[in-house]
Amino acid sequence: MPGLVHVSTTINGNPTDFLCEPRQSLLEVLRDVLGMTGTKEGCNDGNCGACTVVLEGRIVTSCLVLGVEAQGKEISTIEGVASPEGLHPVQQAFLENAALQCGICTPGFIVASKALLDREPDADEARIRHWLAGNLCRCTGYDKIVRAVLDAEEKMKA
Amino acid sequence: MEAIEFTTPKTLDEAVQAMASAGDRARALAGGTDLLVQLRGGRRSADLVVDVKDIPELNEISYSPQSGLTIGAAAACYQIYANADVAANYPGLVDSASLIGSIQIQGRASLGGNLCNSAPSADAIPPMIALGSVANIAGPNGSRQVAVEDFCTGPGRNVLEPGELLVSINVPAPAPNSGANYLRFIPRNEMDIAVAGVGSAVVLDSSGQNFVSARIALASVAPTPVFAREAGDSLAGKAVSDEAIEEAARLAMEAAVPITDMRGTIRQRIHLVGVLTRRTLNNAIRRARGEE
Repeated sequence: MPGLVHVSTTINGNPTDFLCEPRQSLLEVLRDVLGMTGTKEGCNDGNCGACTVVLEGRIVTSCLVLGVEAQGKEISTIEGVASPEGLHPVQQAFLENAALQCGICTPGFIVASKALLDREPDADEARIRHWLAGNLCRCTGYDKIVRAVLDAEEKMKA
Repeated sequence: MEAIEFTTPKTLDEAVQAMASAGDRARALAGGTDLLVQLRGGRRSADLVVDVKDIPELNEISYSPQSGLTIGAAAACYQIYANADVAANYPGLVDSASLIGSIQIQGRASLGGNLCNSAPSADAIPPMIALGSVANIAGPNGSRQVAVEDFCTGPGRNVLEPGELLVSINVPAPAPNSGANYLRFIPRNEMDIAVAGVGSAVVLDSSGQNFVSARIALASVAPTPVFAREAGDSLAGKAVSDEAIEEAARLAMEAAVPITDMRGTIRQRIHLVGVLTRRTLNNAIRRARGEE
């Protein structure tokens, strides 16, 4: 069996080192090696978006990234979204709009939604729905999620 | 997933050496959106995974009006549609790069990987064929070029020999008055695999009223992507007309040899090839005329 590999990366702004097997996904590393269980495992094959993280400025499904690929890279996860002062406007809007039920998909939706609003502060509803097509929710029917993102967008502009 | 070794070569030579060292037990990793699913599910296996994303040639996207476009095999979809030269000169490539998977998938998946995965349903391959693209391959015995329409040999299979690596794809410079388009049919709005797909590219004369040449390629209607050569050739020299387009669509339908499976039936897929050929030709004509 190949040995463990030493990986140096930056997660939510913090220099982070870990050891992992080459076959382990970034999702497994986050959850099982680093104990960062905010990122959820849904389908584990890139369809559901529950494990969405930001890698080098782009949202990706962390189940389809190897942990060893994180060497030298910048990653942000759901744990980095809130600040010491409080929830991020996207998180607050998800609460206020009841945009979650079981909650498994929520971290992925919040990471993806924040990435969109950071990039496109004027995204319209169609753009939001298109951007979030890679995040599946089996509870809400999506309307409340889209309303929450529109609400957060308005508050972030104010 | 079975245990693997992992390496990150910094040069093409190192990558070829690594690929050759493990022969058919080596797999190149670009975006991983197909490979990691296949390794995890046991549909492919490997002893060595070679991450090719640190190799300059595989990340290059460069364009010149003389030599056309070079897309490094590992360049991600978003890099392709965010590139101003690609957007201006190759909207047919943007069509496919922006509808593959989700935004998350487009952040990793590459056109080169789409080609090497060699799925019959690959959305990126028909427009590459329609645009006359060529694959640049490096291997232990040197480099070679293969036309994209000759690259795939079966579902998940292609011309790459053990130890060989796709380096880049060359897309010729667009001719004056040319345009291309790719469309697929899926029962959802996003995040699905083509029931059928068609990529069309046309070159018109300076009046915009006559075809100089055309190339049409099909997805999901055969064991490999299909270059419907006769369908495109039938348009050469003809005036742009509904009748000419209808005849090309009929020939494209003849080139389709689909199966019935959970995504669609033979009859539906052949019908879709006709519909999508007409639509993509009309869209390509509008683009060639500068109407969009």
